Amino acid sequence: MFAFATAAISVCMILLMIRLFAGPTLYDRVAALNQFGTCTVLFIGACGLAFGRPDFLDIALLYALINFVGTIAVLKFFRYRRLGDEPEEIEMIVDTSEDEADVEASEGAKA
Amino acid sequence: MSWEVFIDALAWLFVLSGSFFLFIGSLGMVRLKDFWARIHAASIIDSAGAGLLLFGMMLGTGFSLITVKLVLIVLFLAITGPTASHAVVNAAFSIGSRPKDLLEDATEGVVELPEWMQQKSEKPEVVTKRKKASGAKKPTTRNRKPAAKKGTK
Repeated sequence: MFAFATAAISVCMILLMIRLFAGPTLYDRVAALNQFGTCTVLFIGACGLAFGRPDFLDIALLYALINFVGTIAVLKFFRYRRLGDEPEEIEMIVDTSEDEADVEASEGAKA
Repeated sequence: MSWEVFIDALAWLFVLSGSFFLFIGSLGMVRLKDFWARIHAASIIDSAGAGLLLFGMMLGTGFSLITVKLVLIVLFLAITGPTASHAVVNAAFSIGSRPKDLLEDATEGVVELPEWMQQKSEKPEVVTKRKKASGAKKPTTRNRKPAAKKGTK
């Protein structure tokens, strides 16, 4: 039973790997990476049970946590181009048209 | 039919259905054409596939410390999976990505998009903003909105 589950999870990991390398946008890749991590958790657990070493479940538990943090970190990095630190010069992907309109409106209100 | 055989058959059933959902989800990740369609398949892997497989493992191993660990994995996956999916979708939405079919329908006048759904620009620009050293009034990205509101008052 667990060997069958391991085989099924392996097939899914291969399919997800296709999307991970072929994904046209960043977010396809990140979503595929997240699901790949979930599949890895299942794979470690099923593999440990199939080979009679249920201690592997601890590793699967740890991997479930690290996978989530990794996904959020990747998303945060690609949005703000930094992780946690606050440098003087900041770079961010913003919509400039709205921003300039805001500044102009505030200046107009002051005048 | 003894009790153990019944539990074993139930475990097989759960593992089989979990593998089925896992396969369907990953097939959807490969075959569907849009990011917004693919994220649905991703959610199937996260919720149905992982949940059913882990429940099947629980039934297959019997009641011991392994069950507790499996329950913990299920709990963590149930919390973090939808959260991560939501974070990915939110990031894609805020960058300006919209479902292709919906935009085509909107341009043909089939549906009317609310204002928050409309795409601001085709390709969002990557802009470098520099904060001046002497604390100039140029608002930073983080407190941009409150500063603008204060200015309008």
